[in-house]
Amino acid sequence: MSLQFESVLAETDIILDGIMLTIGLSASAILLGLIFAVLLVALRTLAGRWAGIAVDCYVELMRNTPFLVQLFMIFFGLPLVGIRMSGTQAALLAMTLNLAAYATEIIRAGVDSIHKSQLEAGLSLALSKRQVFQYVVLQPAFARVWPALSSQFVLMMLASSICSFISVQELSGAAAIIEQRTFRSFETYIIVTVIYLLLALSLKVFLLWLGQRLFAPVSGLARVDAKAEAA
Amino acid sequence: MTTFGLPEALFILRAAGWTLVLTSVAFILGGLIGGVFAIMRLSQVAALRRFAAGYILVVQSIPVLMVLFMSYYGLSAMGVELPPFLAAAASLSIYVSAYLAEIWRGSIQSVPFQQWEASASLALTRGQQYRYIILPQAIRISLPPTVGFLVQLVKNTSIVSVVGFVELSRAGQLVNNATFQPFQIFTLVALIYFAICFPLSRLSRHLEQVMNASRSH
Repeated sequence: MSLQFESVLAETDIILDGIMLTIGLSASAILLGLIFAVLLVALRTLAGRWAGIAVDCYVELMRNTPFLVQLFMIFFGLPLVGIRMSGTQAALLAMTLNLAAYATEIIRAGVDSIHKSQLEAGLSLALSKRQVFQYVVLQPAFARVWPALSSQFVLMMLASSICSFISVQELSGAAAIIEQRTFRSFETYIIVTVIYLLLALSLKVFLLWLGQRLFAPVSGLARVDAKAEAA
Repeated sequence: MTTFGLPEALFILRAAGWTLVLTSVAFILGGLIGGVFAIMRLSQVAALRRFAAGYILVVQSIPVLMVLFMSYYGLSAMGVELPPFLAAAASLSIYVSAYLAEIWRGSIQSVPFQQWEASASLALTRGQQYRYIILPQAIRISLPPTVGFLVQLVKNTSIVSVVGFVELSRAGQLVNNATFQPFQIFTLVALIYFAICFPLSRLSRHLEQVMNASRSH
């Protein structure tokens, strides 16, 4: 039994479309999920007790049930209440809601690690409540939990493969189609697995770089040095 | 066209048993392999360290679904027919082994280094150091994240429904195909998962608090 990759590699178009959809879904879900998570953390921190309990319930429900079941709920359940959506839209919604729950939990832990004296210092500088939340709480909290968030983003990218269950043609869905066309199962899955590996490693490197760009502690001294060099 | 009633609910409940069986098998097998990789990761032989690090990195960078497809569809194309349960258990064990290896490596490393030095000065071999001094402490440290990972494993067993193994998620799909009542069915399925996972999540958090309390003394 020899491996023959030619017929699989001939399906470049389907593979490329799958890669684009996997990247697109993951990037959109990460961005939207983060925005939603920040809103939920703000709600939990600034709004009343009941809002906090509602956010906690949402987070616990999402974190203790499988992504697959959440996807089915959205894809099979929502049309019954008149909300029609394509597989890709259902996938994006499920990924966003799922990631938001994890990100909320992670960012909340970061926010909790900010000392109360920091808030008092911020308010004493006549910053508004919103400014304190943004500059004194959110940004330092983000910097602290960036590694944990990064791991979660990579896990979400890998979990996007589960969207092939509802016939979304991301990378795993593309693999299923190529397998039906070429009958070269093992070769197809080896190639697609290697692509996932490259995507995950690239994402890890990118997130590491982004974290350094966004949260590198720029000391006053370094700034002076940079100015001196520029001059 | 049947409706979603007691027989269907019982069918789903019975399938939840298979989810637990699959979780146990994958956790035990994956734990054994993961333990070996954790020790390899901290070996004094550079080649072993690199091999273990490479294995962990690769498995953590590919979807479990792909491992499952390779072991089920891939091997059958090569002439090796694995039954769905075996393919599912094998793929999940590989997934578990990489994550537990990483968790346990961290736990072993967080045992203070002086413990190694002190036990070496008592002329213990490396095996004895692990057995009597390091592992008893590392296992305590590893409990909260290990229980936390168990939650991830229970949830990830759901993907093996794709190779036709009837566990909790597959049972939900089958009943849905027959009755078309997705809200009721998947709510029940989600609730059963929640009933398994939530206590484990709480236990993990509780253990972590106990550890932190004992460490601050």
